[in-house]
Amino acid sequence: MDLKDLYRDVILDHNKRPRNFGALAPPARDARGHNPLCGDQLTVHALIEDGVVKDVRFEGSGCAISVASASLMTEAVKGLSPTAIKALHAKVHDLLTRPDAPSPPELGKLAALGGVREYPARVKCASLAWRTLEALLAADDAAPVSTE
Amino acid sequence: MSNTHPAYDLATVRADFPILSREIRGKPLTYLDNGASAQRPHAVIDAERRYAEECHANVHRGVHTLSQRATDAFEGARERVRRFLNARSTREVIFTRGTTESINLVAQSYGRPKLQPGDEILITWMEHHANIVPWQLVCAATGAELKVVPFNERGEIDPDDVRRLIGPRTRLFAFTHVSNALGTVLPVADLTRIAHERGVPVLVDGAQAVPHGSIDVQALDVDFYAFSGHKLYGPDGIGVLYGKEHLLEAMPPWQGGGDMILAVTFEKTTYNELPYKFEAGTPHMSGAVGLAAAIDYVETLGLPSIAAWESVLLSHATERLQAIEGLRIIGTARHKAGLVSFVVDGVHPHDLGTILDESGIAIRTGHHCAMPAIERFKVPATARASFGLYNTREEIDRLADAVIAARDLFR
Repeated sequence: MDLKDLYRDVILDHNKRPRNFGALAPPARDARGHNPLCGDQLTVHALIEDGVVKDVRFEGSGCAISVASASLMTEAVKGLSPTAIKALHAKVHDLLTRPDAPSPPELGKLAALGGVREYPARVKCASLAWRTLEALLAADDAAPVSTE
Repeated sequence: MSNTHPAYDLATVRADFPILSREIRGKPLTYLDNGASAQRPHAVIDAERRYAEECHANVHRGVHTLSQRATDAFEGARERVRRFLNARSTREVIFTRGTTESINLVAQSYGRPKLQPGDEILITWMEHHANIVPWQLVCAATGAELKVVPFNERGEIDPDDVRRLIGPRTRLFAFTHVSNALGTVLPVADLTRIAHERGVPVLVDGAQAVPHGSIDVQALDVDFYAFSGHKLYGPDGIGVLYGKEHLLEAMPPWQGGGDMILAVTFEKTTYNELPYKFEAGTPHMSGAVGLAAAIDYVETLGLPSIAAWESVLLSHATERLQAIEGLRIIGTARHKAGLVSFVVDGVHPHDLGTILDESGIAIRTGHHCAMPAIERFKVPATARASFGLYNTREEIDRLADAVIAARDLFR
């Protein structure tokens, strides 16, 4: 197992220069996510219009895996409906946790997270942004998400 | 003893610890997470196995031979702990599950019945959560308040702050002997004297201190002292609470059950004498036996020799890590035990932990269950390398080299 399989160039790049980093003003909504194990704190903002996520941003701090995962997520979900996001999240979850998970083409750049499954302790880092976004979409009044 | 070798033979000692010869991810294990839990020598593993193979039955109960043997082994372990701490009597040595349970025992049995609204418990800002939360629970139940002694930018306590913060309502001063997050060694005897001059008893969390030097509870004059077996190269699930006899005598039991009673009727139960009053239920007998073997082991090597070697490792690690551009050491007290907490620009500690693991190097990353202490340095987490009697200078070099590689990966 090579470290570069976990810290692929895409991950390093998105960690160093996170895309869609920042806040969105109302009527965009936000939800907070927290990973107590490593102190990762993310806030995801999303503007939902006409049944799709029109714009999405995130802010906060965390390890490279959680920041890169959040950054990649914002790129991937823009323009998708909550149902489509849920389906995509399920595929990402498989990628992160199942040893034999296929990497379907629709994952695109998200496939760069494939190295995480060799490091079970880091799955929470990669899932934090996704779980936070799901909480935002599921509730008007999103309670903070914790991975614990 | 020199700057390159301890007083004992390092190769022989390393061979005593079977896990040290394992490979992790195809690399030799470099175990630098001793502050979380230390590894066990054959002597401890064998003592536990021998107990199971030759002595095991329930203690303090049967008249049969094995029960007597188990009782002898368990009480022998208690006497071993008494000598280790230089307690006056085995009545002052209570076996618990670990430091956390020991502190909870004092909070619930000493603190709770005594505390009134407005009373105060004093702790320090560098406590492990195990010496914060039990007091918060008891404060919430009684209306008492928690007061906190701050520390300076090096991670040191100013005794004047303790003088200032002990007031007429302070009922106990609970503080750590060695900070698990910063490495600071606190001046236990001085702080205890300051508290006693004001009539305040002290509890000392010794979890991080016992592996690194001799403890004499009479010389320190502490009222309560808590530690865990697994940080002293012993088994997990066993720990000790030392308490002065007159204090323990006056405290009610905190858990009820077998072994802690002399007679039970539905009208009235007569509690057992010390230390059994605080040991409800079947104790961790093999754990106590293993702990005694661990104490034998470290005392045979000599705790002063271990402390001297760890101080060499600490200097070497401080020097190597300090030289790394972008690395900041968190906790730079003048008197430190063998651990270094640090952060590296551009590399989250959690990523660092994963990268080092790939080189077979085990360190702790996170808040070390001391969130208030870590947050005072305005970082969410740190990486922590903590040393044990078996670590080598080469292992520290391996750590420093891997940290440099990690930093470069994230450039």
